[in-house]
Amino acid sequence: MNQGKVTEILTKYQADESALIAILQDIQEEYSYLPKSVLVQVSKELNVPLSRVLSLATFFKAFSLKPKGKHPVHVCLGTACHVRGAQRVLEKFERELGIKSGETSADQEFSLDAVRCVGCCGLAPVVQVGEEVHGKITQTKVAGVIKKYKQ
Amino acid sequence: MTEAAKEKAFRVHLMVCAGTGCVSNHSFEIKEALEKEIKKLGLDNEVLVVTTGCNGFCERGPLLVVQPGNIFYQQLTVKDVPHLVEEHLLKGRPVKKLMYTPPKEKTPIPVLSDIDFFRKQVLIALRNRGLIDPEKIDEYIARDGYVAMGKALTQMTPEKIIAEITISGLRGRGGAGFPTGLKWQMVRNAVSANGGAKYLICNGDEGDPGAFMDRSILEADPHSVIEGMLIGAKAVGATQGFVYVRNEYPLAIKRMTIALEQARAYGLLGQDILGTGFDFDIKIVRGAGAFVCGEETALIASVEGRLGEPRTRPPYPAQSGLWGQPTGINNVETWANVPSIIARGAKWYASIGTPTSKGTKVFSLVGKINNTGLVEVPMGITLREIIYDIGGGIPGGKAFKAVQTGGPSGGCIPKEQLDLPIDYESLTQAGSMMGSGGMVVMDEDTCMVDVARYFLSFTQDESCGKCTPCREGTKAMLDILTRITEGKGTEEDLSLLQDMALAVKDSALCGLGKTAPNPVLTTMRYFLNEYETHIRDKKCPAHVCRQLNVYTIDEERCLNKGKGCDLCRRNCASDAIQGAKNEAHRIDQSKCIKCGVCFDVCNFGAVKVD
Repeated sequence: MNQGKVTEILTKYQADESALIAILQDIQEEYSYLPKSVLVQVSKELNVPLSRVLSLATFFKAFSLKPKGKHPVHVCLGTACHVRGAQRVLEKFERELGIKSGETSADQEFSLDAVRCVGCCGLAPVVQVGEEVHGKITQTKVAGVIKKYKQ
Repeated sequence: MTEAAKEKAFRVHLMVCAGTGCVSNHSFEIKEALEKEIKKLGLDNEVLVVTTGCNGFCERGPLLVVQPGNIFYQQLTVKDVPHLVEEHLLKGRPVKKLMYTPPKEKTPIPVLSDIDFFRKQVLIALRNRGLIDPEKIDEYIARDGYVAMGKALTQMTPEKIIAEITISGLRGRGGAGFPTGLKWQMVRNAVSANGGAKYLICNGDEGDPGAFMDRSILEADPHSVIEGMLIGAKAVGATQGFVYVRNEYPLAIKRMTIALEQARAYGLLGQDILGTGFDFDIKIVRGAGAFVCGEETALIASVEGRLGEPRTRPPYPAQSGLWGQPTGINNVETWANVPSIIARGAKWYASIGTPTSKGTKVFSLVGKINNTGLVEVPMGITLREIIYDIGGGIPGGKAFKAVQTGGPSGGCIPKEQLDLPIDYESLTQAGSMMGSGGMVVMDEDTCMVDVARYFLSFTQDESCGKCTPCREGTKAMLDILTRITEGKGTEEDLSLLQDMALAVKDSALCGLGKTAPNPVLTTMRYFLNEYETHIRDKKCPAHVCRQLNVYTIDEERCLNKGKGCDLCRRNCASDAIQGAKNEAHRIDQSKCIKCGVCFDVCNFGAVKVD
């Protein structure tokens, strides 16, 4: 694990304890999860108990203790998406990718998560892959979306 | 824009919507294609392409508005661009086939303001939508931006500002509707601990599923929020502000970051603003994906770097908020209203709306409706006007069933109440609430028991776990609702559900738990028959509750109409469909997982669901 990167992030926030959530967000972005060794390092350098770091890491949905895939798939289950059939879209992704919601594929290419509203309700049902938003997704369009990211 | 382009006057401006919806529909590709084509025809000295924030009519994206003329083009593709540029910009002939034609009509409507979706809207919070590039402060200033702040800083006392906001009748747009002037007065009156600072927070943790107006305002007009906060800061005596934005809104964070930098560079933020000796600055704080952080005390905890759990009130944040100091916290839309009130006067603002609810409200009109998008309407407008006049009614000739307002804290309002004039009080009386402004329309294919189960699964998932009624109560209610949707419910479940909902409503710690039972209570109040059908007949009339559905194929229709097209078998998720091409197909019920793909793909109506 690149410790220099973590030190860089901590320096950016001047090792300010109140910026702990922002620090964890930057780490999550850097590694696509919160590696254990990094959390230990953060706890030591900020001089906060590891238990507090972990309580934040497990409370907020933006954090994951397991690596996410290269292409994180977020199926929106907001209300507008729900009434337009998002649950079935999520299940189709589960079948196509062979993983359950919350899991990452064995080749680390895709991870699948259900999220609550990405704020594109006008295009429901919506699926976000990385930062790209796909609107008006039906079960029959799922395979096509996945294919776009498969190399 | 280059420096040279800045000074140039252009004949035509092409306003390309770059809200999140249109961006996902490739509006940046449209922009590039437009610029390329304009250059090719040598029009680049006359025509300028501008990217704007969300236009609101998301359903029809990607969108383009040609100014002057206000000509509205919709559902553009890159392929349409050469023809559009040549016809409209070179030959002066607007292209009819790219314009909006209302459902059931034949003639397209060229001008944006003539389209029903826009006609009934009154824009205050969204006053700059589609008219400016949100990444350029000069465009905001050109639309009288920062004029209200100048007035507040140089000509108004804090008391006068608060009086103005109080008279305007502005109430919190985050949902609860607390009078903004009163809140500011409380912060102003509060004595800060140890002579420390007072703070302002903009709550942009827009977590209600089905609502995206805060996202749109932050993306389309970030300076309106900054200006509102500057005015608020002068009024309450705050020196530092925070804009708390959901992590899920990267574009909003980006545009707000740019806006803050530009405002600082212009001396509109920071030390000694406009030479008045007034200091105020704003920081962005990113949320980390917890719905409960929309609750003000939980939000404050997470800004401090602590676990986002709410605490009991009082003391209110106005008395003891961020780091124990007096803190004024308002929603994005509330802040965006402030500059207009100061610039145009409280009386003007108070002339719009109903006796108890003044001004306008932005709603996100979504779900089973033709014109999905963001609409800003005067308080007091009826649900019918929003859904049928602006929203264009229900697609596919289906029947309207209910409209859900207020997100997981709100409720479902049935068709009998379509003529309800909307304000904070009327929605509460109907068992729902204003909430942040999500308006999810439901038709005959929506199951109301499933909707209640959906919201409970949401609140149960998002419950922070601190207080027992919410943590255990939402779980118990969800269990009952799940049982009913699986056809395992009993008559006793209904009274148990009702009792539990009332108990949680009375005893939970914060707004999340107190309002979590609302979707259950309103669906039971207005749609009890649907609950009863699930329990007594083990049927879901809307065919949403999967366990109760049985899919079959009308073999005659499959063979005669579809010639055994085999599409269903190829798409079947569980190899449950038997048959070959040119033969009638059949579903093996023991293998069927009820995913409904066969029903969705059949072009001949041969797959039936019961």
